[in-house]
Amino acid sequence: MSSPEKIKKVSIIVSRGSLEGVYPGLIMANGARMEGIEANLFFTFFGLYAVLHKYQDTLKVATVGNPAMRIPDAKGFPLPTFLGALPGMSAFATKMMQKEMGKLDIPPVSEFTQMISDAGGKIYACKATVDMFHLTKDDFVPHMDKVLTVGDFYELAAGGQIIFT
Amino acid sequence: MAIRTINNKSVDFDAEGFMTNHKDWDFEIAKILAAEEGIPALTDRHAIVLNFMRKEFEAKGDGPSMRKLTKESGVPTKELYELFPGGPAKKSARIAGIKKPHGCI
Repeated sequence: MSSPEKIKKVSIIVSRGSLEGVYPGLIMANGARMEGIEANLFFTFFGLYAVLHKYQDTLKVATVGNPAMRIPDAKGFPLPTFLGALPGMSAFATKMMQKEMGKLDIPPVSEFTQMISDAGGKIYACKATVDMFHLTKDDFVPHMDKVLTVGDFYELAAGGQIIFT
Repeated sequence: MAIRTINNKSVDFDAEGFMTNHKDWDFEIAKILAAEEGIPALTDRHAIVLNFMRKEFEAKGDGPSMRKLTKESGVPTKELYELFPGGPAKKSARIAGIKKPHGCI
């Protein structure tokens, strides 16, 4: 109400396949729809796993190469990378984060992408990645709208904001 | 905004147009607020959503998340967006006479 001009459309690119790489884009897309803003989600590279039905609910928090990572919670001890590489560490961090997200009513990836689609958000997959990963329509969740080239994506994004995550 | 007179009742609104006291609310006020939000008529389905929002607000002091709203009110996401076009979370909260919801989901 105070801003001079409202945002009308956002096109969000999700390029990473870790849990913490996927969720920000989903939350922003869903939040956009809640505000009546048109939302496009474009999944590329490992981000594509968020819309592959076999894998979307198996995403994990990356515990290696993340210097901000702390255990057992966000205000705990820093987790050195070599410990983050221990078997089960990623699964543990994922479980902890999912527990906290559950409390905030943040749904699992499968439910969340469905919810965004039902809310009128569009879900697209990057053609270059689809070809590179040898994927077919059957690998995707049914609410994935279309496989797009980069050019198609820019056309769809025209007149709105593009956010890369 | 400030105090407005609706149906001979004085109703207080905050700067963003949300009612400051949800107890002043009634369905007649809801109809007027809905019209201001571009919803010409309130149906039974709208009423289910509004009542659920109010119940949640009275219990928790904040409106429900969209997920909770769809799961527990029985109004699916698609329908919710049709009932309150252009931003269901805030529009439904405003029409339900509760404060602006604070959740991100």
